[in-house]
Amino acid sequence: MNILRNVFLRREAGIAVMIVLFCLCVGAVKPRFLTLDELRIILLLTPLILIGAMGQMLVIVARNVDLSIGSMQGFAAMVTAMMFKFHPEIPWFLGFIVAIGVGVALGFVNGALITLFRLPAIIVTLGTLNLYRGLTFIISDAKQIDRQYVPSALKSMSNTSPIFDIPWIIFMALGVTLLTYAFANHSRVGRQVFALGSNPTAAPLRGIRVTAVTLMVFMISGALAGLSGIMYASRWGFVNPSNTGFGFEFQVIAAVVIGGVSINGGVGSVLGVFLGVMLLGCVSAALPLLGIAGASQSAIYGAVIVIALLIDRSVRLRGVASLAALRARA
Amino acid sequence: MTTMAEGAKDTPLIAARGISKSFAGIEVLRDIDLDLARGEIHALLGENGAGKSTFAKIIAGVHRPTRGTLALNGAPVEIPSPIVAQKLGITLIHQEPISFPDLSVAENLVLGRSDGSPLGRVPWAKMTRDAKGLMDLLGVKIDVVKPMRGLSIADQQMVEIARALASDSRLIIMDEPTAPLTPKEVETLFDIARRLRDEGRTIVFISHRLEEVRALCDRVTIFRDGAKVQTDTIGNLTDADIIRLMIGRPLREYMKKLGAAIGEVALKVEGLTLPGVFSDINLEVRTGEIVGLGGLVGAGRTDVARAIFGVAPAASGKVTINGKAVVITEPAQAIDLGLAFVPEDRATAGIFRSLPVEQNITAAAPGKIAPNGFIRRAVERTLATDSVRKLRIRLASLRQPIGELSGGNQQKAILARWLLTDPSVLILDEPTRGIDIGVKAEFYDMIGELAAGGRAILLISSELPELLALCDRVLVMSEGRLTANIPRAEATQEAIMSAAVPRSGREAVAA
Repeated sequence: MNILRNVFLRREAGIAVMIVLFCLCVGAVKPRFLTLDELRIILLLTPLILIGAMGQMLVIVARNVDLSIGSMQGFAAMVTAMMFKFHPEIPWFLGFIVAIGVGVALGFVNGALITLFRLPAIIVTLGTLNLYRGLTFIISDAKQIDRQYVPSALKSMSNTSPIFDIPWIIFMALGVTLLTYAFANHSRVGRQVFALGSNPTAAPLRGIRVTAVTLMVFMISGALAGLSGIMYASRWGFVNPSNTGFGFEFQVIAAVVIGGVSINGGVGSVLGVFLGVMLLGCVSAALPLLGIAGASQSAIYGAVIVIALLIDRSVRLRGVASLAALRARA
Repeated sequence: MTTMAEGAKDTPLIAARGISKSFAGIEVLRDIDLDLARGEIHALLGENGAGKSTFAKIIAGVHRPTRGTLALNGAPVEIPSPIVAQKLGITLIHQEPISFPDLSVAENLVLGRSDGSPLGRVPWAKMTRDAKGLMDLLGVKIDVVKPMRGLSIADQQMVEIARALASDSRLIIMDEPTAPLTPKEVETLFDIARRLRDEGRTIVFISHRLEEVRALCDRVTIFRDGAKVQTDTIGNLTDADIIRLMIGRPLREYMKKLGAAIGEVALKVEGLTLPGVFSDINLEVRTGEIVGLGGLVGAGRTDVARAIFGVAPAASGKVTINGKAVVITEPAQAIDLGLAFVPEDRATAGIFRSLPVEQNITAAAPGKIAPNGFIRRAVERTLATDSVRKLRIRLASLRQPIGELSGGNQQKAILARWLLTDPSVLILDEPTRGIDIGVKAEFYDMIGELAAGGRAILLISSELPELLALCDRVLVMSEGRLTANIPRAEATQEAIMSAAVPRSGREAVAA
């Protein structure tokens, strides 16, 4: 009984219930939604968001925010795609190193501005969101890199793999998720990220190197944004200076917040964020299936996020209240 | 780990020589020579700003001295950071325990101890086991896998003490640990402190409460204006001596009630009930009268005040203000009706920390500074200046964020805020908590003057001497009910305490 109650009081349970209810409702109208094919579509919608969300989660847990990830994704994708176009002789898998490296560098710039000059992350990354997007236009001369330049080996990673024919990028996203889990829950520095976000004043008093930890989370966020950049090239086969990564930060932050990460820092779980991403994936997949016009999709998508937060909040408040009542009676 | 026995028996654990500290050119500590012996509980006393906390922070590595030397067991030592202090076996327990509220108790115990590489694994199982062991050792029941957030302040302090033991600290500094504790929790804390002393550890105890210092400490050092005034065995000093040394002048009878003419009933409460919190509260306060509301923490006193003021309204009951029956559902209404409420928790419910002092003072009287919706800066400034002068608030500038002021001066500013609304009824909830004794005396004078000026005052306080000295009547609450209504002549500490202690089947009284 006690264990059961604890499970239901956990944030993750609420999101899981919402996912199940949502899928059942959509499935009642369109039975096709509950097929394996559809699951595949949902899964293919999520790996980029999942990877971005892992980095963003660490940043937000450390009581910061990274608004620039969409632009970092775009910039890293563009640099990598241009390398493919102008130096086709370079082995395609080195693209991963280039994309991640570019992301780390951009994340380092964010972190350095924030820690050295003690600027608020929301302002710095709002600035670099525009800066990095602008740089993407400059280096690409505002031109898209088309399908024929993206190596087909890279593109095929989004189509298949030897394991149940599930595309490689899904495994990569799951791998990043597991690594983030290990880092956040089982490494000393990972716990320091939580401590820092939970009480930034106390952190240095306990020997936590605040500057280093902050810099690190922004570099991780950049690295993962870079990784998601080359995965964008793999998934869609092209890189476009205005579209690639545009609005990515919105999806990612929405997933992280739905996943129960406190915007005040210190609180969050990898499982919760994973479920948050899945809920968004289900919604994205359901909208076209339900015949909702592209023009209104964005509005509905936004509404779903707000509704999810409201449901979650009221469920949790009631849970806390009933727990308090139980305690008072005891 | 070094042993506690090293050094000759009479070598002090810490020997401070000529310690001085300046912040931005202002000297806050001057030439402190102080020895802390092994196995003693040593009190640091002084008004706020006297330098005792700064001195403690220097020993704990939070601040570095501008001049002077420290020796540990006779050997010179540098303490550049709290981490080094901890390695040397020195732990500072802050007044409001500094913890990570979202992390578990067990994690809070070990976090930041600089053992192992950053990417090393967190040994969850061992950590939890060790934490449980420490809690057992202290004899406290704290679930170590629960987050810190849910813990009472007393339990949070226990965790801090456990943390000190985890690193086998030889010196544990407690900065005003008892201010937020109930009497029972204070006793537990003292028992543990005595046990640690008997193990040969040194405890430094910073407090404002003389009776606690007397009950617990072996020696006392008194600070005034950044200098050490005297160190002595506690038995050699009377309370009057200590107060004189602290404030630099003999304290006149600082607790007295001015004779005020008691008039009409200003506040009348009948049958006020909020199920599960308090029930059937009947009380009245007349103009010129100071009515005390005593009881243990958690008896529901603050809840009654909050209900009257409309913060968390009662479910049933009648409130009459100046003869008019009213229903108050929000504080704005209460203010319009001439009520004022100085809340207990200054930091979270009282001040607007980052706003200037002047805005804090005028915050409850928008009608005065902005009669037509636009704030008149000149009026605001005049009103604030007046208040600062009248209440003798010590500050650098009216534009200073209020958070930079000392606790006593913050509290004065809050009182000033409410006086600007010209209230007929003032509810003060623990107005002198955490305020040093000099400012306290001023506060008592002010409360007396306010009553003499024809205001009705309901004073909630856990300090019995305060209730006895200031109040015309003392009401006592226990477990959500009024259990006594004691006139001034009959009020004693025993009478109040016996009504405050919960017991079953007692009749509620009408007050």
